[in-house]
Amino acid sequence: MLDVQELELNMGPQHPATHGVLRLILKVDGERIIDAKPVIGYLHRGTEKLFENQTYPMNVPHTDRLDYIAAATNNHSYCGAVEKLLGVEVPRRAKFIRVMLDELQRISSHLVWLATHALDIGAMTPFFYTFRERELILDLFEEYCGARLTLNCMTIGGVPEDLPEGWIEKLKEFIEIFEEKIWDYENLLTDNRIWKKRTIGVGVISPEDAINYGLTGPPLRGSGIKYDVRRAIPYEVYPELDFEIPIGKNGDTYDRYLVRMEEMRQSVKILKQCIEKIPDGEIQAKGLKFIKPKPAEVYFSVEAPKGELGFHIISDGSPKPYRVKVRPPSFINLQALPSMVKGHLIADVVAIIGTLDIVLGEIDR
Amino acid sequence: MNILFLYVIIPAIKGIVILSIVLFLVAYATYIERRVLAFMQARLGPNLAGPQGILQPIADGVKLLAKEDIIPSSSQKFLHFLAPILILVPALVIFGLVPFGDASNLFGLLKNPITLYITDVNVAILLVVGFASLGVYGLILGGWSSNSKYSFIGALRSAAQVVSYEVPQVIAIASVLLLSSSLSLVKIVEAQKEMGLWFIFPGFLAFFIYLVCGIAETNRLPFDLPEAESELVAGYHTEYSGMKFAFFFMGEYANMIVVSSVATVLFLGGWLPPFPSLKIWHSLPQIPVFWFFAKVLLFLFIYIWLRATFPRYRFDQLMDLAWKWLLPLSILNLVLVAFIKWGIK
Repeated sequence: MLDVQELELNMGPQHPATHGVLRLILKVDGERIIDAKPVIGYLHRGTEKLFENQTYPMNVPHTDRLDYIAAATNNHSYCGAVEKLLGVEVPRRAKFIRVMLDELQRISSHLVWLATHALDIGAMTPFFYTFRERELILDLFEEYCGARLTLNCMTIGGVPEDLPEGWIEKLKEFIEIFEEKIWDYENLLTDNRIWKKRTIGVGVISPEDAINYGLTGPPLRGSGIKYDVRRAIPYEVYPELDFEIPIGKNGDTYDRYLVRMEEMRQSVKILKQCIEKIPDGEIQAKGLKFIKPKPAEVYFSVEAPKGELGFHIISDGSPKPYRVKVRPPSFINLQALPSMVKGHLIADVVAIIGTLDIVLGEIDR
Repeated sequence: MNILFLYVIIPAIKGIVILSIVLFLVAYATYIERRVLAFMQARLGPNLAGPQGILQPIADGVKLLAKEDIIPSSSQKFLHFLAPILILVPALVIFGLVPFGDASNLFGLLKNPITLYITDVNVAILLVVGFASLGVYGLILGGWSSNSKYSFIGALRSAAQVVSYEVPQVIAIASVLLLSSSLSLVKIVEAQKEMGLWFIFPGFLAFFIYLVCGIAETNRLPFDLPEAESELVAGYHTEYSGMKFAFFFMGEYANMIVVSSVATVLFLGGWLPPFPSLKIWHSLPQIPVFWFFAKVLLFLFIYIWLRATFPRYRFDQLMDLAWKWLLPLSILNLVLVAFIKWGIK
């Protein structure tokens, strides 16, 4: 008899498709995955500990570095948690600006996801098309707050700047361009036979498993569960806005792809409503010169592009938080990876990493 | 003296000329690919080395020559050295058999017209297929001797892929041989001239199968699994650097040109213009190899176009395609062509 041996394949932390420094220890039988074990921690910077040693406002820029693809939602979640701790009401105009920044960030994050996901599966061109449109979003961010990636675009109690002159017009222009360009990506992928073959039935996760793993965001909605923090625990002005929560049916990679594509369209819809509804007025809540909350414990979460991003803050009455715990969607979504890849081929591993849309910055905080 | 001249010196000159043309084309295929791909992907591509970046391949060559040649300490040194040669050389040998053009006196430079190919063997197509399949040894040895898991998986994939796709490819070629009744590449082109029709028209199915298999054999998207960069880093040539890596790269492009050239000869009438029986071609100026290279470039463009459009197949799907679709289709095609030929007779 032949002596059959399993091959242990070390994928990462330096690997083109592990999106940063994820390391996967794969046990393979030929090309088939028997077992997968994610190893994390290569990007650990001690951010949560750092939070404890700085005052509340000083922590905002550090939240940018968690999910560096989507800094605005990180800022939002942290600032929202501190506001909840203080019991501060954000002015209405600031709420609209926050929602607009969030939705732009959602589009830009989904564009990066689409680019890398398609590139991992071998389609090269969507990468360049999506980055072309993402550039426009980054330009909008740059004009608003001066930064393109690490935005630091929210403060506790509001937003740091009012919208610059002509920004809304530029946003309208972007929406017009983007609504057309989104078809470019769909034309290349949605009905592509090879794309369908590579994604349909790959990395299926049942609704029960999705809930048990605590998945949120598109990986959960792809399995057909309509949970979106924007609707489930509404914050800011989302209750006033009209948008759908797209869900999938089969919980496979293709459904998650469709969910995210539809989410981008819904974000555009939200942006359009914001442009019409945005009022004039204050952008910063009053009386926040020195932030020193009473001893309390809060949890506040927003719907980040990758799922539910929550901040759990414990205050001991000093100007510095006693403990800040981040609930990053990527970290929790990554748990499902081993069970999703089992029995698939090596090529599917990269597709499944792509479809989970993880960012190591928030997995290793 | 005359015999020496006829059988040694002229073929040697032809060999040198064809080799330099082919290597030039290989180098510039990379440039064309990068520029065309950039054009399709809304970016610029290499445009700084020389006007419009046309010196880029030379710059790349100099860079790769100057790079350190890293040999992994746990590798099989001799095989590691041999593999890149095994990839490139068979591909270049095939060009000795490819008819680039008809007999020509090269715009009156020569008194007696010479044939624009090195040699015409009566089993040329067999030799082409044979040499093309030799290339797989380079892939397997390269992947295995590197002693790296990624290289090894890439090598296994390539072995399975190339061997599977050769079967429908050869059957597709066989249907052309039925039409031409000859294995000589020159005779095949002449048969198309007599017929007044390229073989692509009676043999479109065979052409399609040949092209798909050709793309799979040269490891290009959507069949580039042996070197799928997002899964296997770089597949069988992960552990290669410097000029050895360049050999793999040149081997890939030389193989692309081989497949394009053979497809041109078998299906698109080699050096013949479209619909060779038309009178209009006699009134136009005759450039000896114009049509041949135009068709080869068309194929190269199709290669690049496919790369820009398609995602990559998965390994099991690739095997399904070869054995469940292309093989039955090519056998059906062969039977059909045989019946048609029998019916005409």
